[in-house]
Amino acid sequence: MGLTSMASASADPGRARVRTAWMFLAPTLIALAVVAGWPLARTIWFSFTDARLDDLTRYGFVGLDNYLAFDDGEWFGVLAEPDWWNAVSVTLWFTVVSVSLEVVFGLAVALALNVRFPLRGVVRAAILVPWAIPTVVSAKMWAWMLNDQFGVINYVLMGFGVITTPVAWTASADTALWAVLIVDVWKSTPFMALLFLAALQMLPQDCYEAAKVDGVGPVRALIHITLPLLRPAIITAVIFRALDALRIFDLIYVLTSNARSTMSMSIYARQQLVDFQDVGYGSAASTLLFLIIAMITISVIALGRLDFDKGATR
Amino acid sequence: MEWKRLPLCFALFAGLAFGTTTHGEATDIAISCGAVGQELELCRTGAEAWAKTTGNTVKVVSSPNSATERLALYQQLLAGGASDIDVFQLDVVWPGILASHFIDLKPYSKGQEAEHFKSIIDNNTVDGKLIAMPLFTDAGVLYYRKDLLDKHGIKVPETWEDMTKAAETVQKAERDAGNSSLWGFVFQGRAYEGLTVNALEWIDSFGGGTIVDAEGAITVNNPKAQAALALTQQWVKRIAPEGVLNYAEEEARGVFQSGNAVFMRNWPYAWALANGQDSPVRGKVGVTALPRGGDGGKHSGVLGGWNLAVSRYSKHQKEAADLAMFLTGREEQKRRAVIASYNPTMPTLYEDAEVLKANPFFKTLYSTFTNAVARPSRVTGQNYNRVSYAFWGAVHEVLSGQSEASPALARLESELKRMSRRGW
Repeated sequence: MGLTSMASASADPGRARVRTAWMFLAPTLIALAVVAGWPLARTIWFSFTDARLDDLTRYGFVGLDNYLAFDDGEWFGVLAEPDWWNAVSVTLWFTVVSVSLEVVFGLAVALALNVRFPLRGVVRAAILVPWAIPTVVSAKMWAWMLNDQFGVINYVLMGFGVITTPVAWTASADTALWAVLIVDVWKSTPFMALLFLAALQMLPQDCYEAAKVDGVGPVRALIHITLPLLRPAIITAVIFRALDALRIFDLIYVLTSNARSTMSMSIYARQQLVDFQDVGYGSAASTLLFLIIAMITISVIALGRLDFDKGATR
Repeated sequence: MEWKRLPLCFALFAGLAFGTTTHGEATDIAISCGAVGQELELCRTGAEAWAKTTGNTVKVVSSPNSATERLALYQQLLAGGASDIDVFQLDVVWPGILASHFIDLKPYSKGQEAEHFKSIIDNNTVDGKLIAMPLFTDAGVLYYRKDLLDKHGIKVPETWEDMTKAAETVQKAERDAGNSSLWGFVFQGRAYEGLTVNALEWIDSFGGGTIVDAEGAITVNNPKAQAALALTQQWVKRIAPEGVLNYAEEEARGVFQSGNAVFMRNWPYAWALANGQDSPVRGKVGVTALPRGGDGGKHSGVLGGWNLAVSRYSKHQKEAADLAMFLTGREEQKRRAVIASYNPTMPTLYEDAEVLKANPFFKTLYSTFTNAVARPSRVTGQNYNRVSYAFWGAVHEVLSGQSEASPALARLESELKRMSRRGW
């Protein structure tokens, strides 16, 4: 038994390795198909039906009506809803601004933590605290801190004379999205910093030594050595965070409820699915959300010319 | 060595679990109660009293304060056919949306429903099935600071315009005197079901109808409704804090009860709390009907209230129905009214001396409670949530100054027409 398998392996080592690889991958692939593939397929299927939440067993096929339909001289469907397009623009704005800020702050924190100083370990651990708190908890916590009458933020800002009257952070349409943004940046910067810090510690030191010999200052070294070398890490981090930001739900839901001006794509889909019980329509919105996320991820990878294989062999 | 004991541990553990679930005749009933004001505490004590007399056990599950969020949670549980919760507390506008998930309570009520207000029983009857028993009823009322109005020589306002003026006068005078955190008026301005209730009260008090009328026609875009919203738009930042745009019931009560507001729109439950031992405004609060809208308007108040229903997926329907009947029964309703100002749903309890002693305003506002205006949930049926969302969305835009009243109502009208193109 052992002999025959060894014999065949030596006859065609490549094929055996491939087979072994598939064998080890199989459980993962099956698990993925069950927990990710099946719900996704079901959602896409429901988006072509008029299913309702109170009875998911009875539904009819309606084709593309949930996406776009022309009826009595008017357009209907998700793609014809101003609320949906508002949600798309809110989500994209939020993603671009929050991820950019998190990259900048994350880099700053990582560069600071990369320097040797006493108690560095403690500081590194401490900075992870916001990331460790569940989003719903931190959202509720910030909701209290941002409260217009009793919140500590207004109290402090008024104490320093920055503002004269309390600001209703989560209530006014002008500030609500910024409040969400502040909380998200507070929460996710540590994650970015951690990724960047790990990458920074892998950088080859000889480049810096050569630069030092050539008399290159720290700013030029940052721009011409550190950032290019960090590029794969930055792009990976951006993809990670952008995926999260595009799906943003809990933070907005807790902080500003169902207000139209702060509605993200996920909140829109949930509202159709749950509040309005319209599973077909909500599934169409979810499917569009999925497509948008997929498209953005693919284009970021393409634009960043990120080669995962090359990164792995380096 | 250690691993050899593992099977034994499993056996012990399984025995333990098995033992606790099947031991004895008593059943374990889970009830989902609201947690606004003293609701949760009352629900717990009431359910425990029932448990003691019947020998069962009760688990009280608290749910979100916001009615909108609570409905979402229920829908997720019920759509999955979950048997985790046996008795659900339902808002007065939900029977049309959720009816299919609850059992007919008629076989268990033994005619008890005849003691309650007929309008509520009718509301809870869907296709001839009594799907929920009334727990308490509600209508919006206006709270005011007696001491502050007396101090500044102002009468209790009759119209919204009077109230606006009174709030402005008192707010200015008190702020000049150093009470810098005082506001004139707080209400429920958050983008949720409560804003629909508040705004319908404003519009109805001006005679502007009920968004969609009893025949299903969309009536919301009319001059009276425009006048109502145009007036309320002036409140935010002037007499109400901007944060009111994110206040639900308890946030508004927080500001009023800490002594930082002259007027508050809220439900009757706030009375008992405002007069509680620890309340800074204890003894300084008055309650009256919501103001009229101008001289041609009327006092309004939107019908609210909660009911108990038994889940179709419950494994102990008989016991669950028994608990629902107990909690909605006369003794419990009286206890809730006396301790925490929850309005009974039985007309005879409004003549009860103990109830009236605890809540003197129950008698004077009796007609407000019995003639409260209903939200258009019956006529719009499954679409009610969409209608309410569109309505509160339009009102929120007006309040926050993003839109003027008349274009917002015109947009709302066309949105509702789109929604109902094939009937409600």
